Amino acid sequence: MIKCHNIFKSFDGRTVLDDISVEFETGKTNLIIGRSGSGKTVLLKTLVGLHTPDSGSIHFDDVCYTELSFEERKRIRKDIGMIFQGGALIDSSTVYENVRLPLDLFTNQSAAEKDERVRFCLERVELSHAGHLYPSELSGGMIKRAAIARAIVLNPKYLFCDEPNSGLDPQTSIVIDNLIHDITVEYNITTIINTHDMNSVMEIGEKIVYIHQGKKWWEGNKDEILHADNKELNDFVFASAMAKRAKMSL
Amino acid sequence: MFKIFEAIGRYFILMGKVFSRPEKWSIYWRRTLDEVEALGINSIPLTAIISVFIGAVITLQMSISLESPFIPQYMIGYATKETMILEFSSTVVAIILAGKVGSNIASEIGTMRITEQIDALEIMGINSAAYLILPKIIATMFFFPLLAASSMIIGMAGGYLIAVFTGIMIPDDYIEGLRYCYVPWEIAYSLIKMTVFAYIITSISAFCGYYAKGNSLEVGRASTQAVVASSITIMIFNLILTQILLT
Repeated sequence: MIKCHNIFKSFDGRTVLDDISVEFETGKTNLIIGRSGSGKTVLLKTLVGLHTPDSGSIHFDDVCYTELSFEERKRIRKDIGMIFQGGALIDSSTVYENVRLPLDLFTNQSAAEKDERVRFCLERVELSHAGHLYPSELSGGMIKRAAIARAIVLNPKYLFCDEPNSGLDPQTSIVIDNLIHDITVEYNITTIINTHDMNSVMEIGEKIVYIHQGKKWWEGNKDEILHADNKELNDFVFASAMAKRAKMSL
Repeated sequence: MFKIFEAIGRYFILMGKVFSRPEKWSIYWRRTLDEVEALGINSIPLTAIISVFIGAVITLQMSISLESPFIPQYMIGYATKETMILEFSSTVVAIILAGKVGSNIASEIGTMRITEQIDALEIMGINSAAYLILPKIIATMFFFPLLAASSMIIGMAGGYLIAVFTGIMIPDDYIEGLRYCYVPWEIAYSLIKMTVFAYIITSISAFCGYYAKGNSLEVGRASTQAVVASSITIMIFNLILTQILLT
């Protein structure tokens, strides 16, 4: 479980996160949704430690992450997997080497054990045939799957995904969503996904937090979101003509 | 002015991170060998081509400038040797490498920054500064002096070839000039300079790339900054080191 209390964050005097308190549950896909520029990426990067909050606290289970030293944070970071918007695979390494990197640096496993683990993770994301390829040789969906394989190779307790569907077609998006959801349930991970893709919300939104102008505006799940009487949330959720028609028919 | 001090401060903070204890020596060792190939061995052709032509040109120019019955011909070989050892093979080659290797390092690390690859390393708990920069620094500090040494030999060979093929002087006189007044310390001085320049090129270029922000335009800007800042710093340290080591 990840909890944050009263998080404030500003850049050059502009408040981006304004008093955010939320609890993300273990074994569930927790979604942070909101319009572009609402502060959801900053929230995700603050949770993961890439930004330091101006005030407030973040707890990973019982550990207060914001009070840890740099070295102590490194221990928690080994329990964190993250999937970036663009995949963020190391360009100069193959898919196999990308997935193997955390094992090389942080475990004392033998070469055979590492090889077995990498192959297992690649197979899990259906990329066992692509281990020898470089990131520049992969499609968008394959890059995301390779990033997922790298994120889970150390058996993380927490998984963060920054817009995992951006740039993907709807079918591939669903494949990625389901993969993340299955992994979350299978390994009992606390997964936090940052998205503005409504298909993802309706597919895997077990817990949804809506961020608007840096504030937590609404919290619920995929069933509740359709009946919420929050104007800003409804404007976001039912933005398209098709969604508006669907709302009318509810 | 404040920005310059801020940049210097950030540079030293980055170097503090770079020279912290590596997560695993074996991985860093492997990366260092890769960097020796990428930054060092791949620079041999450029250095060799430039050195052979510059050696030949210096010999030609000296043979014209020193054409006098009062100056022995072997002085042409001597002048070529001194120019190559004292200045060309260290300082000028370092400036050339700042252009080739420096821009390469800045754009590589800058691209990794804007595509969030550095963030990904940090999230994994990897000290990204040490992981990316330390192997490059070790590789260049080890290999660039070898490049300088090879540049000296190739440059002097270039002078010899021009003497043989154009007949501007007797090749044996050229060889005598190379042997004349041989001071081993001058070679050591040149190699020490190159080791320092290697550190300057790599660390400054990595610094420019590591703090790149925004888009590909910024990466290009970081790359240009890396070459300019490295070249100016090389010139300043050339003066300082010459004052310390040769006087």
